[in-house]
Amino acid sequence: MEWETVIGLEIHAQLATKSKIFSGAATAYGAEPNTQACAVDLGLPGVLPVLNEQVVLMALKFGLAIDAEIPERSIFARKNYFYPDLPKGYQISQFELPIVSRGNLDIQLEDGTTKTVGVTRAHLEEDAGKSMHEGFGDQTGIDLNRAGTPLLEIVSEPDMRSAKEAVAYMKKVHSIVRYLEICDGNMQEGSFRCDANVSMRPRGQEEFGTRTELKNINSFRFVEQAINIEIERQIDILEDGGKIIQETRLYDPNKNETRSMRSKEEANDYRYFPDPDLLPVQIEADLIKKIRSELPELPNAKKKRFIDQFKLSDYDSGVLTAQKEMADYFETCVKTAKGEAKLSANWIAGDLSASLNKDNKDITESPVSAEMLGGMIRRIKDDTISGKIAKQVFEAMWNGEGDADSIIESKGLKQVTDTGAIEKLVDVVIANSPDQVAQYQSAPEDKQGKLIGYFIGQIMKQSQGKANPKQVNELLKEKLKA
Amino acid sequence: MHQSTLAQLSTALESNQISSEELTTLYLDRCKQFNGSLNCFITINEELALDQAKSADQQRAAGNASPLTGIPIAQKDIFCTNGIKTSCGSKMLDNFIAPYDATVIEKMNAAGIVNIGKTNMDEFAMGSSNETSFYGAVKNPWDQDTVPGGSSGGSASAVAARLSPAATGTDTGGSIRQPASLCGITGLKPTYGRVSRYGMIAFASSLDQGGPMTQTAEDAALMMNVIAGFDERDSTSAEHPVDDYTARLNDSIEGLKIGLPKEYFGEGLDSNIAKIVEAGIKELEKLGATCKEIELPNTELSIPAYYVVAPAECSSNLSRFDSVRFGHRCENPKDLSDLYCRSRGEGFGKEVKRRIMIGAYVLSAGYYDAYYLKAQKIRHLIRDDFQNALKDVDVIAGPTATGTAFKLNEMIDDPVSMYLSDLYTVSVNLAGLPAISVPAGFVNNLPVGLQLIGNYFEESRLLNIAHRFQQATDHHKAIPEGFE
Repeated sequence: MEWETVIGLEIHAQLATKSKIFSGAATAYGAEPNTQACAVDLGLPGVLPVLNEQVVLMALKFGLAIDAEIPERSIFARKNYFYPDLPKGYQISQFELPIVSRGNLDIQLEDGTTKTVGVTRAHLEEDAGKSMHEGFGDQTGIDLNRAGTPLLEIVSEPDMRSAKEAVAYMKKVHSIVRYLEICDGNMQEGSFRCDANVSMRPRGQEEFGTRTELKNINSFRFVEQAINIEIERQIDILEDGGKIIQETRLYDPNKNETRSMRSKEEANDYRYFPDPDLLPVQIEADLIKKIRSELPELPNAKKKRFIDQFKLSDYDSGVLTAQKEMADYFETCVKTAKGEAKLSANWIAGDLSASLNKDNKDITESPVSAEMLGGMIRRIKDDTISGKIAKQVFEAMWNGEGDADSIIESKGLKQVTDTGAIEKLVDVVIANSPDQVAQYQSAPEDKQGKLIGYFIGQIMKQSQGKANPKQVNELLKEKLKA
Repeated sequence: MHQSTLAQLSTALESNQISSEELTTLYLDRCKQFNGSLNCFITINEELALDQAKSADQQRAAGNASPLTGIPIAQKDIFCTNGIKTSCGSKMLDNFIAPYDATVIEKMNAAGIVNIGKTNMDEFAMGSSNETSFYGAVKNPWDQDTVPGGSSGGSASAVAARLSPAATGTDTGGSIRQPASLCGITGLKPTYGRVSRYGMIAFASSLDQGGPMTQTAEDAALMMNVIAGFDERDSTSAEHPVDDYTARLNDSIEGLKIGLPKEYFGEGLDSNIAKIVEAGIKELEKLGATCKEIELPNTELSIPAYYVVAPAECSSNLSRFDSVRFGHRCENPKDLSDLYCRSRGEGFGKEVKRRIMIGAYVLSAGYYDAYYLKAQKIRHLIRDDFQNALKDVDVIAGPTATGTAFKLNEMIDDPVSMYLSDLYTVSVNLAGLPAISVPAGFVNNLPVGLQLIGNYFEESRLLNIAHRFQQATDHHKAIPEGFE
């Protein structure tokens, strides 16, 4: 039987606020355990939550960025369950009336087509603390620094049909929250993580199959691996005539397998009800108008502008706009390079990206700034250096030897454009290569182009690559005419 | 001196007739003398109270005193008090020393009020007789075989016996007004949101409200001037302007329109109580008020609605008592589930467990709509009833409780009868309105309270009516035998 995969994602994006969603404690990552947990985070008797307005504004930004409906009224609810790292015995979340309802996101598929993925809702909630099982003997340590950290849970429709689509969607959401500067997107620190709901159905069948939920996957690569391994597992069961059990499964990246955490029967009844400690959030139309007017240019719009303004290809624009910092880098580079867009795009997508990958660095950590790269490209453009020499200059810049001009100066890489000097070199090479000259001169015109390469190579070698190739070419043609 | 009201003590301190230290010592002595029999205090803050009294005297000498500076006031043990055991009447919190002050305590400290002790109460404020306390029942000073009411029974008993000139209470379904009625004192439940709930251990968050328990309406006004107001730490506290609650106390009540709900004077009301309440209303008429019968048609639904909403919220509010970070922990738990089950099983009393179970049930999947949502709808109906009635009348008057103080152990095994005794008080909490209970007379030497219910944020008006009533009557001046 031919199977169709159905995937929906629940993404948890940690909102980049300074303080927690319901208390004044700091949210900074990596502090000593329990040093960033105040009375409210500890759930002491008598304490009360007070909503951090920043999280509402951030959620609204996201809602508007995905063209979502923003309900006038939104309420917080208590999700009740016991766990040692959940101090109050309930999590303040949203159930009915989330802050953001139905929206849409476009993703690019590998074949170049665009697919629209529905976003069911996005709601605000507080994170729990962390249980620490190591270093306490047979006991468990609890760190409540993370308790009360604001999260935006973004729930998609079951619109994705492959692991690759799921990854494309997740990357798009990642890109948007970073563009909006509402989440730092750091997946290692858990600021951006996802649960995937996966089910299979015979192709053509409308009804969904039984799904499993894969928990807490914290990298794009793992999302793809976890989903693919789960698809295989489900198909194996179904083809053997078995049934999928609705359950929560944990992905183990070391073993590349998923394993059962708890079944539906073991699931909690969360006894959701509106939190009486918090007032409903009323969203005024004026606020929405204001936030909309302040939204930054988003990936799709930027991509379109890059195509129009810089005459870049669809592919190059896509690569350059996926990350806001990359797009900013590009624009700064072009500006410094006096409008050299194509060359800037090539250098960024080429040598720069390769170097970043090699050293495992993000664009924001690049030792070569956008101004430095733009400055170098300007020197290519004004014939100070050739494209070949530029590679040397780039490498020197990467190694921290200064900017392009000082490197060109100190290493003497300036291109030789003095016709007299080049002519001298040409004469010497011609004089030293009588055989090649004869071969050239006797060759038919359409073969001469290839043979001239020898002379160019010799001259470039003599000049250590600094002779202007265009001038060399012209002079050689002139002088080799019989 | 111990027969004095807050207002009188304020004058005595102001005119240097007595120092705060002397006054505090006097009340501490009374507490030590009578607490053994009445059991109104869980903690008597001897050392702290004397320290606070000394600094209050200095404050007064330096000319920085406010009206209540240096006067001892007892605090219900539901208010977190920094460095002092805050038990909420439960074994669960017997070992809990609060690391911070509730807003109410903070405001009292700022006013220089002496925190004389933490009063006994029904466990987590769940009860109408003060018999559910882990620290034992409180006795009513009018008859020590009877209960003081609850849940603020310790506060009511302490004020009635003049072990403290005034106290704080909290009222979720009548917990200030009913014990005030049963102990012959004045108790005001302010509008929901008027007094901050921060640091007040939550029973049912949408109903809980702190307020004064005093000898007179004037004293209640003096306390409200200290504790009322918006608190940015409590999202449900109201950003409504705060009155000077003493300013209108003496206003005439000529022309006041009083509504008498026929549902409050029907079946279920003891005829002796009815007579006292009616006499009290006559007194108000003599002062110029006019009365008319009104209807609050959904009154009978208030008890069932309340006993869905309050347990639902409490079941969730009390989840934090999991023994992980504070509170009672069982010996040698074998695993997490054992830790939870035994710690909570041992730490909570019967009534608390009953309400947690009811609450968890009404919120559970499949029952939520039938119970919790329906109760919320009833709540709207009850609020609408009051709003309609208050279009025609200024205040609503009636009995506070269905009877006088009942015998200890009389109802403790009959929770439904106990719940029904809250009939006249719970609907006020469901609507979030302010209400006051004032002493109106006695039946068989046991006090009876008259309840006045006002519109939102009309505490000043209620205090004004109550004060005028007390100017014309002496019921509030009676002191139980043996405590004069």
